[in-house]
Amino acid sequence: MRKVAIYGKGGIGKSTTTQNTVAGLVEAGKNVMVVGCDPKADSTRLLLGGLAQKTVLDTLREEGEDVELEDIVRPGFSGVRCVESGGPEPGVGCAGRGIITSINLLEQLGAWDEKFSIDYTFYDVLGDVVCGGFAMPIREGKAEEIYIVVSGEMMAMYAANNICKGIKKYAEAGGVRLGGLICNSRKVDNESAMIEELARQLGTQMIHFVPRDNMVQRAEINRKTVIDYEPDHNQANEYRTLAEAIDKNEMFVIPTPLEIEQLEKLLIDFGIAN
Amino acid sequence: MLLRHTTDKVKERKALTVNPAKTCQPVGAMYAALGIHGCLPHSHGSQGCCSYHRSTLTRHYKEPVMAATSSFTEGSSVFGGQSNLLQGIGNIFSIYDPDIIAVHSTCLSETIGDDLGQIVAKARTDGKVPEGKHVIQAATPSYVGSHVTGYANMLEGIVKYFATNTDKLINQINLLAGWIEPSDMKELKRILSLMGVNSVLLPDTSDVLDTPMTGKYTMYPKGGTTIPEMVSMGDSLYSVGLGEWGTQKAAIALDNQCKVKFSIEDLPIGLKATDRFIQTLSKVGSVSVPESINDERGKLVDAITDMHQYLYGKRVALWGDPDQLIPLTEFLVDMDMKPVYIVSGTPGKSFDKRMKAILGDRVPEAKFKNGAAADMHLMHQWIKEESVDLLIGNTYGKYISRDENIPFVRMGFPIIDRIGHSYFSTMGYMGGLRILEKMLAVIMDYQDANCPEESFELTM
Repeated sequence: MRKVAIYGKGGIGKSTTTQNTVAGLVEAGKNVMVVGCDPKADSTRLLLGGLAQKTVLDTLREEGEDVELEDIVRPGFSGVRCVESGGPEPGVGCAGRGIITSINLLEQLGAWDEKFSIDYTFYDVLGDVVCGGFAMPIREGKAEEIYIVVSGEMMAMYAANNICKGIKKYAEAGGVRLGGLICNSRKVDNESAMIEELARQLGTQMIHFVPRDNMVQRAEINRKTVIDYEPDHNQANEYRTLAEAIDKNEMFVIPTPLEIEQLEKLLIDFGIAN
Repeated sequence: MLLRHTTDKVKERKALTVNPAKTCQPVGAMYAALGIHGCLPHSHGSQGCCSYHRSTLTRHYKEPVMAATSSFTEGSSVFGGQSNLLQGIGNIFSIYDPDIIAVHSTCLSETIGDDLGQIVAKARTDGKVPEGKHVIQAATPSYVGSHVTGYANMLEGIVKYFATNTDKLINQINLLAGWIEPSDMKELKRILSLMGVNSVLLPDTSDVLDTPMTGKYTMYPKGGTTIPEMVSMGDSLYSVGLGEWGTQKAAIALDNQCKVKFSIEDLPIGLKATDRFIQTLSKVGSVSVPESINDERGKLVDAITDMHQYLYGKRVALWGDPDQLIPLTEFLVDMDMKPVYIVSGTPGKSFDKRMKAILGDRVPEAKFKNGAAADMHLMHQWIKEESVDLLIGNTYGKYISRDENIPFVRMGFPIIDRIGHSYFSTMGYMGGLRILEKMLAVIMDYQDANCPEESFELTM
């Protein structure tokens, strides 16, 4: 089984990209599990056709420790196994601890048992690696490869670089590696070339450039992935290509994060800081 | 009347525990770690945690318990405790020179998400761990489970780190001990040698927390399971875990890692549980039961028969840890006593199942409960509803004993107001005799003090 974590700046399109890619993998016959690690619990909406799912932490709070696996794992699009960690409402408690608790619980309940013959697990993680809890999915024995969703906007690149710092820390002690950057286009000038250069400096690759297309929004409002909603559209093919690139990927590295000056220079060289 | 406000009206409580029947996970982790030779426990959290856990153990064992701490400050809580632990590991090896540091986490370090595995790995790559020295770790957040969970987690951590399979079978069995006294560890070893079964006992706190006064202080006493013994556990023929709650995780880890098959037995408390233990040893060690063991069994049966009239129908309330309570309840039922109230703060689904199987037909009126909501307050309320003849449990029962004037035998953890538990075992047939003797002493003292003059007996 391959275990993949998706990180990236808030609002960059991690959940959308993850779910569309997962749809591509499922279509190609893979058995996939998606674990949403975001208190908003919206990481599996497109696969489930809505936010109907009860989260792990809600279940734990309401039913105590007698939780059954079927209570928290729901089948989605073409049988994808969907889990939402959930977490506290904004402003209270500790969302990071929530992720630790729910991943531990899933392991205890045998969510990854051989009988499920899972090919892929995707952890869709909230924003930056802001604290220990949000690093849970990349601890030893959990996700082994990470993809960072990024765009040509400065703050997205800045966040990607920060995430690389977190990955480096865990990669040196364990087995987690960076698999590449996924560019989710914002139609910034020179975007593709700039992200390729950023990837090169980080020691990794841009695994795919996903062009911007309103079809994604249209599918989203219908609570579906593009592959599900409009399978013949070109954007669906983009996600299929991305899924295939991840499936065939063999480049796994410990990233070399950039100094802030290097990052700024990159932006100047490619012209958007002017 | 120290608990005079306790009423007999039991109300359903959802979010309140009063006088819990459990303590912190790290207390258990620390105790398990002290059962390996040359080990210094290390608490990854604030200083107060470490002090509390040490003093809880010291009060029970009446021995100085040493442990180091990462001494979290406000800064460590925000930035993570990695630098404290790295520096701590370096300091400990250079100043206190243990063979092993056993690190456990605390509520704070768990909540901020410190990954002990990652930090310890970094300590190794940074050269903080000298050649031939070891650092092991266990995650022990106290908001999960109880002290027994912490004990089980550390035992699992020890086994995972040391046990190695070299494909050369060794003619020995692994005996994984649940949370029992140093005296009990000694008794287990005595039974094993009478049976003639080669074994590694893990952990082994005898000669660590029951040491003699010699006039000289040694930081690492002579007892404890040694490193070569722990390494060899991966090549053993079989593992026997004594107590599901304390040892199941470690037994599973040994099976997964080194393919050593295992079975989980009850702690050998009382007649039947000891019978099962002896039978298991006889089977897995391919030995027959020696006459000396049969004699011990006969003595226990004899004493039970002689004293049956004082025990018959006696209503008993007991509390403590599941691994002890299950065989103890069975023992009481076998002597025709009535264990009517049982609580344990330690959660675990099989508690209900086991208790139902033991009590179902024999004591249908029995009430039992485990988990966070099963506390001493509930126990007291049940007793207020209908009293009992005997209490068995840790020191915290003394308030109920005094208020309700009920004879009280101290068993379990912690016992902080009497001695004896470190020296006199409650395991095996001889331990059964000890339990019997203690119960009879308080029951008979009570009768002598309270019976009418015309029924006062010289011979009992």
